[in-house]
Amino acid sequence: MTAAPKSRIAEILNHYEGDLLKDWMKQQLTGKAVPTDLMKESELRDQCAEFLRLLREASRGSVTDMVGSEWTELKNLLSDITGSRARQGFTPAETATFVFSFKQPLFDRLRQAYGKDADGLSMDLWNATTLLDNLGLLTTEYHQKGREDVIVRQQRDLMELSTPVVNIWDGVLALPLIGTLDSERTQVVMQNLLQRIVDTGSAIAIIDITGVPIVDTLVAQHLLKTVAAARLMGADCIISGIRPQIAQTIVHLGVDLKDVVTKATLSDALSIAFQRTGYTVRKGGRSESVSSNGTEDGVQTKVASRAGGTQHL
Amino acid sequence: MPLSVTESLALRSSEDVVRMRQWVRARAVGIGFSLVDQTKIVTAASELGRNILEHGGGEGHVYLDLPTHNSKIGIQLTFEDKGPGIADIEQALKDGFTTGGGLGLGLGGARRLVNQFEIASRPGEGTRITITRWKGP
Ligand SMILES: Nc1ncnc2c1ncn2[C@@H]1O[C@H](COP(=O)(O)OP(=O)(O)OP(=O)(O)O)[C@@H](O)[C@H]1O
Ligand SMILES: [Mg+2]
Repeated sequence: MTAAPKSRIAEILNHYEGDLLKDWMKQQLTGKAVPTDLMKESELRDQCAEFLRLLREASRGSVTDMVGSEWTELKNLLSDITGSRARQGFTPAETATFVFSFKQPLFDRLRQAYGKDADGLSMDLWNATTLLDNLGLLTTEYHQKGREDVIVRQQRDLMELSTPVVNIWDGVLALPLIGTLDSERTQVVMQNLLQRIVDTGSAIAIIDITGVPIVDTLVAQHLLKTVAAARLMGADCIISGIRPQIAQTIVHLGVDLKDVVTKATLSDALSIAFQRTGYTVRKGGRSESVSSNGTEDGVQTKVASRAGGTQHL
Repeated sequence: MPLSVTESLALRSSEDVVRMRQWVRARAVGIGFSLVDQTKIVTAASELGRNILEHGGGEGHVYLDLPTHNSKIGIQLTFEDKGPGIADIEQALKDGFTTGGGLGLGLGGARRLVNQFEIASRPGEGTRITITRWKGP
């Protein structure tokens, strides 16, 4: 049994590193493989040089499989390059071309090195093709991964955006919840609300669940925890927007909301909030309600004694 | 009438549970469930689906049928997992009983939200729960 002839790729990479870099750069710049409007030539040169260096290191072992730890650094480099190119606006195909465009320079050197040894040449052309194809495909994979990361990040941003805590009145916060409340999202919501309670020193927070499709025991537990935490920070919560079908399921589930103030609508909740913070609201009239201290049109007048604040509901 | 074909969905993540809820809701709307009935069956499904993730070994399946009985149509859901099973079903159904820091209301609550509730479980083998809610008058 004869041993398989040894690949000369590592040797060639070693020997012609400088020439390969030059050829490869030329290949990319003339072949329009790199949209030069997206990146500088010097940056490209650095990436290519580093790629060659790590490829040379890695191919000292086997060039046909890329499983060994000697390939890790090269893979990391590709992942970094792919990431930065994705941000720069390269398409996956353009990024993969970065790797594929190295075929021509490498093939040329192999042909030179093997001369008339056709068997040797075809073996190593095959090896080189396999190797660069695999590396090129890796960039596509990294590209995909990069996109997914972006999507996850956007979802997280959206999650915060979609749960704005609004300061609707002096001392009154409102949190209109919309959509499905999974654990992760509720976590964000809860933290935002508690932070705003601290920042604003609000005494009342209205959590409106009109836009929440169902309240199961998990959502109920999150709501109860939020109410309890807010209470520890000195704020009372009112849960509003409990639709009839939700009220029924909450009762069937056996969730105990009797320690929580609940209201059918946001406006019901708001009027309780006004009472508690000592405001009275009345319709703007032309008569005696116009106050002397310049309150706008008498729409709201602060009751001096704040007697309502002690009322227990 | 709708074909009586069993549909199924794999449950592995909380996203799957959300998907399942939308699926059950769509079927309930499709056969003319009232808003209250829709909400009840979807909420019960949410409880049992989450239980599979939290207590039933983290994955399982849910099967959906649209059975008819005495010319009434309903939704039947079967939740199956190959998790640790429930040793004492009576206890698990008790309000407030939890082994996982929940409210302990999911199982009992789901039973109260539907018309029929069957549970079969064996320690070490898994759990199967079938719930049915008939369309109201
Ligand atoms: N599929 C299952 N496999 C194994 N054990 C289960 C399963 N479903 C429920 N259990 C057990 O039954 C207990 C009660 O379940 P139940 O859904 O009522 O409460 P919980 O999930 O703990 O809290 P929650 O009120 O949030 O639902 C669980 O704590 C768990 O020990
Ligand atoms: Mg549960």
